[in-house]
Amino acid sequence: MAATTTQAGAGPAILDQGYLREQTRLEKLVGPEWYNLMRGLVTNPLTVAGLLLVLMFVLTAVFAPTLAPAPNEFWDPYRIPRDGFRPEPTPPGTPWDMNVPSYIPAWYSIVTGNEEWVHLLGTTSGQYDIWYGIVWGTRTALIAGTIVALASVAVGVILGGLAGYYGGWLDEVLMRVVEIFIAFPFLVGALILASLLTPIFGRSIVPTVLALIIFGWTAYARLIRGDILATKEREYVTAARASGANDLHLMTRHVLPNAIFPTMVRLSLDFGAVVLSFAALSFLGVGVPEGYADWGQIISFARSWILSLDTHWYIIVFPGLALLLYGLAWNLIGDGLRDILDPQMRGSK
Amino acid sequence: MVAYIIRRLLILPVILVGVTILIFAMLQVLGPVERSALYVKDVPKTQNQIDSVIRRYGLDKPVHIQYWRWLVGTKDPVSGETVGGILRGDFGYSRTGGEDVVDLLKRRFPATLELALWSMVPIIGFGIYLGIVSALNHNKPIDQVSRVFAIIGWSFPTFVFGLLMILVFYAKLGWFEPGRLSIQFGREVMGPAFTRYTGMNTVDSLLNLRFDIFLDAVKHLFMPVVTLSVVIVALMLKITRSSMLEVLRQDYVVTARAKGLQEKVVVNRHVRRNALIPVITVAGFTLAGLLNGAVTTEVIFNYPGIGAAAADAALSLDVLTMLGITLFTAFIFVFANLIVDILYGVVDPRVRLS
Repeated sequence: MAATTTQAGAGPAILDQGYLREQTRLEKLVGPEWYNLMRGLVTNPLTVAGLLLVLMFVLTAVFAPTLAPAPNEFWDPYRIPRDGFRPEPTPPGTPWDMNVPSYIPAWYSIVTGNEEWVHLLGTTSGQYDIWYGIVWGTRTALIAGTIVALASVAVGVILGGLAGYYGGWLDEVLMRVVEIFIAFPFLVGALILASLLTPIFGRSIVPTVLALIIFGWTAYARLIRGDILATKEREYVTAARASGANDLHLMTRHVLPNAIFPTMVRLSLDFGAVVLSFAALSFLGVGVPEGYADWGQIISFARSWILSLDTHWYIIVFPGLALLLYGLAWNLIGDGLRDILDPQMRGSK
Repeated sequence: MVAYIIRRLLILPVILVGVTILIFAMLQVLGPVERSALYVKDVPKTQNQIDSVIRRYGLDKPVHIQYWRWLVGTKDPVSGETVGGILRGDFGYSRTGGEDVVDLLKRRFPATLELALWSMVPIIGFGIYLGIVSALNHNKPIDQVSRVFAIIGWSFPTFVFGLLMILVFYAKLGWFEPGRLSIQFGREVMGPAFTRYTGMNTVDSLLNLRFDIFLDAVKHLFMPVVTLSVVIVALMLKITRSSMLEVLRQDYVVTARAKGLQEKVVVNRHVRRNALIPVITVAGFTLAGLLNGAVTTEVIFNYPGIGAAAADAALSLDVLTMLGITLFTAFIFVFANLIVDILYGVVDPRVRLS
């Protein structure tokens, strides 16, 4: 493997598992490391399953307005329409009387053979439609999850990168700060902070998102710092430094690209994990207001129906399944990435 | 190794002070009136009373003076006695608990500890055991089944799993019920005939020779313990399995086999011991997982531990209770991680030498 180069398009032929072969076009474009990564992702059936599940969720979020139309054009789509106010949940297939979606989409009559809207997955306590909540909740999950994961990784990589690259007192101070944050159990810390932020920002996704970022970046800072410490001592970095490259160039072109892979594994796992944490906080009643399209929020209604959960199984099974599949999808992708990027794990599958 | 431990012990106070500063910073979202609950139990009603409380306890003083008073307490100018001060064990009054935060922690922590300790049974019994079995039967059916279980169990949101447990075992089958004890026993353990040694029902009932209470407590612990441990069991299984597989490939294992040692001896003496070292490193993570999971688990099963207390306090913005619990769990966490790090050095000679 020694003959592989890190510069894209540098050579037409590369050594692959002992054989000399022509570089494909894609390989030239993205470079051999990224090429191997992408090839590994699409050849592992479990990872493919994960990618397909994520694709399904993305499509659901994109087509949410057709899958679950709002009752009218002035309606805030993230508010789940309620069909009355009765506390007793109603089972799947119950006719929809009040706040009915504004039109019948083509897919609806084909799939159900029905010309009137019914509650496809039933309603939860307070007559909130579960299907609508799950569909629009997918958007909430993707938006909140992406913001939290990307913001945490950005803050973590910048601070951890500075600490690892420059070392010295900056490293000492930043790592002590990280240790202070890590002293809090993640969910307990985020729960407390989110509830303190709620009076300031109002009931929305903002308090929870902020709290998850504030307690989430530290893991990345620790991870990237360790990897940068290891990478910056490598010969090619010394060589680049000797040839007069400045810090910014060294960092962005030589150190970071080679130290970033463990962070990417963690990021892909976190895309699912932060949504699970977000849902857990909404379930506990922190953050989004009642009736907001969010999976944890829908499930929280089940808390008052503990005694008759066997009759009202649909109020937890459907939203719970959405959440489980979402977490599962990212875990499958993350596991696949780890197998590709961690040479020690190779062959132990 | 000694130098490492000394370094860790020297950093410890820095971390603990940092934790208190962070918590004090969170306390600043409160106005002086609410903060007066740090010192007086009934929040004053009239403007005059409010002003006098604020003056008396210096709640309008600069932040660093307030922080110091919050740490060590402040002298009441009228009665002359010292009030408040988290270092004196005074975290203020818990509005949701209806008692001092310290009393709330004392009463509720044993319940959470009991839950966490019982969760170690499936974590070690299933997680580590299945991980070893899975690696020794690499790619055989038992291995495949445990891997599927690991990936699904690891993805399961704790609160969804808990609700499904309730659906099946409580609503449908009626085998177990939420809560910590049945009503008649709950009253009895609080009564004079029952000595509370530890605050943990399963331990105390045995010490009092009340096996009926012991069985009742175990029955109530079943659902929360399974719910709390399922994620960690899955994680333990994964870590143990991959660690075992790695050790099985090492040269010294091949040598041991080549010497003609029995497979049982190879596994027991050479493989298992070394493979369990990484498992210790995640012990700290296990504790974090237990504390995180305890919040939703205790809420779902109506189990009176500190997790449920934290959730109650968060919902009604009972800041003193929230911060008291956070500070308490953070301190536990810091010390536990220190012990794990030292233990790791003791167990793994490679760490000790470097």
